Amino acid sequence: MSLALDTPASPVAAMRPRALRAFLRNPAGVISLGFLLVLFAMALAAPTLYPEDPLSMVARPFLWPGQNPAYPLGTDSLGRDVAAGVVWGARISLLVGFSAMALGVTLGLVVGSLAGYFGGRVDDVLVKVIEIFQTPPNFVLLVVLVAIAQPSVSTVIFAIAAVTWPTTARLMRAEFRALRSKDFVVAARGLGYGHARIIVREILPNALPPLIVTSSVLVATAILMESALSFLGLSDPNVVSWGSMIGAGRELLRTAWFLSAVPGVAIVLTVLALNLLGDALNDALNPRVSGAR
Amino acid sequence: MAGLRAIGLRNRPAAGTVCRFPEDPGPCLMTTAERIFKSLRRNGLAAIPTVLVIVVLNFFLLKLAPGDAADVMAGESGAATEELMRQLRARFGLDLPVLGQLQAYLGGLAQGSLGFSPRYNMPVTDLILQRLPRTLTLMGFSLSIAIALGLLAGTVMALNAGRWPDRVLSVLTLLLYSVPGFWIGLMLIVLFSIKLGWLPSGGSETIASGRTGFDLFVDRLRHMILPALTLALFYVAVYARLTRAAVMEVAEQDYVRTARAKGLSAFAVGSRHVLRNALLPVTTLAGMHIGGILGGAVVVETVYSWPGLGRLAFEAVLRRDYNVLLGVLLLSSVLVILANMIVDMLQAWLDPRIEVR
Repeated sequence: MSLALDTPASPVAAMRPRALRAFLRNPAGVISLGFLLVLFAMALAAPTLYPEDPLSMVARPFLWPGQNPAYPLGTDSLGRDVAAGVVWGARISLLVGFSAMALGVTLGLVVGSLAGYFGGRVDDVLVKVIEIFQTPPNFVLLVVLVAIAQPSVSTVIFAIAAVTWPTTARLMRAEFRALRSKDFVVAARGLGYGHARIIVREILPNALPPLIVTSSVLVATAILMESALSFLGLSDPNVVSWGSMIGAGRELLRTAWFLSAVPGVAIVLTVLALNLLGDALNDALNPRVSGAR
Repeated sequence: MAGLRAIGLRNRPAAGTVCRFPEDPGPCLMTTAERIFKSLRRNGLAAIPTVLVIVVLNFFLLKLAPGDAADVMAGESGAATEELMRQLRARFGLDLPVLGQLQAYLGGLAQGSLGFSPRYNMPVTDLILQRLPRTLTLMGFSLSIAIALGLLAGTVMALNAGRWPDRVLSVLTLLLYSVPGFWIGLMLIVLFSIKLGWLPSGGSETIASGRTGFDLFVDRLRHMILPALTLALFYVAVYARLTRAAVMEVAEQDYVRTARAKGLSAFAVGSRHVLRNALLPVTTLAGMHIGGILGGAVVVETVYSWPGLGRLAFEAVLRRDYNVLLGVLLLSSVLVILANMIVDMLQAWLDPRIEVR
């Protein structure tokens, strides 16, 4: 394989330790990652922390936060523990957020890489498909899909993936178009590698940094979409989620506004952490930006 | 126009050069009207297949929806015999084979009909057109708020880059990025309607108040402030970040240095040379955001009981009125396409460098 040594190396290999160091130097990114890990742990431990069904009545209704130390975030109109709801709700938000992202990113990656790598007719057709999916307002299309498929956790995940994949597809198409004529790709082609090998082993690793950044932001988007859907009542009625808690608290805004406020704070913190993580990853993985500092 | 002309001159061929082919080097000298017309023609042609595919997809989504109009009407009336159901299906053409139904749907669309809503007992098109103006007003108002606040915040950030106003506003915009619209809407209601009592918490005007003229206008405006602000906040963050980047980039251009060197005041340079050129990316994105704002309107109109398209979509979901729901989807897609065409035309008008293929 002496031939391979002479071919231009793909640029991604050299940058990993540098990116990690750059990431660790960014306090906002590290704190966000820490917060998300704690949230994950909490979501996983929900059955141990609050073994009772979060939909069951456990105390006097309308306890304000701090009024009874056993229920630090208060209780709702039916005497359900708000803290238990927040912890169990984290499971749904994270499950929907990450699954929808994974599904959407995979689809977007396949479509975008094929369009960008092959160009020509393939590109024309795929671009048109992307355009068609991007035309209807995302959230309206999402509501239509969930309403028609009947709301459940899995239909919500599929529907969110169906409306968000074009973002990834466009990004990956641009990356693959830019990379396909680079020296290391030409060299790989000269060595007689097949399309699949060039796409997966040569171009993809170099297109990963923007993909990672987008994934983080897409999880945030998916969590926001899920919460808006469940706020509107378009979610599984037997599962507690942050959005459905806010929706239930909406009727009691005058007397007990904390019922809507508390789960909202949980959403804001989670989404903020994901956005900050995205920013930090972007700075760390983009050598031009971090090098200038 | 000093700024625009300055950029335009940089790589323009000699006056009088006419481009006949797209591969001719350099940007072509077209008149503004020609560029606008070309942009319109190109976009109009490109939109036709997109709209057709969306219409057909719309139809099949409608077919996938559980229950048809006859089921809905039967449910409405409480009881229905097989005979009545058959009659209803025949009346709405639901007994035809799927392709026949598609043909009927397309034929209806060509005449501007989106079908009939049994729940509202009126044609879907009328229902939607009745709600459309409210949503457009709300969107227009909130887009204006978003652009005004975003430009202001972005310019302040760029001029103070790295100093505390920039830092504070950066944190604030990140926060706005992360807040769900419906939640901030509810919190604004708690603060401004329930605690302070300054603004109404919902509806589009005080019912049966007998207000007329200016009073009515003020009343409607008061009802619009909170929903428009709620809808705008996310885009304030988007435009602020965008303006910050654009202003910082434009401020480094040669023509800005020239303008400063010839002794123009900081305000003149800022408003006429920097901001004007920094506006271009903002207009592009504002057009792309029409879809997002329409989607946001579904949630915000529901929070504020604003009688627009978004609320209609929500009601349609609750009532399982899929004809109406898909009508809203189709119309909002068309609105997005129109908005994009208008933005392209605006850009062809604003920036002679943009080549219209």
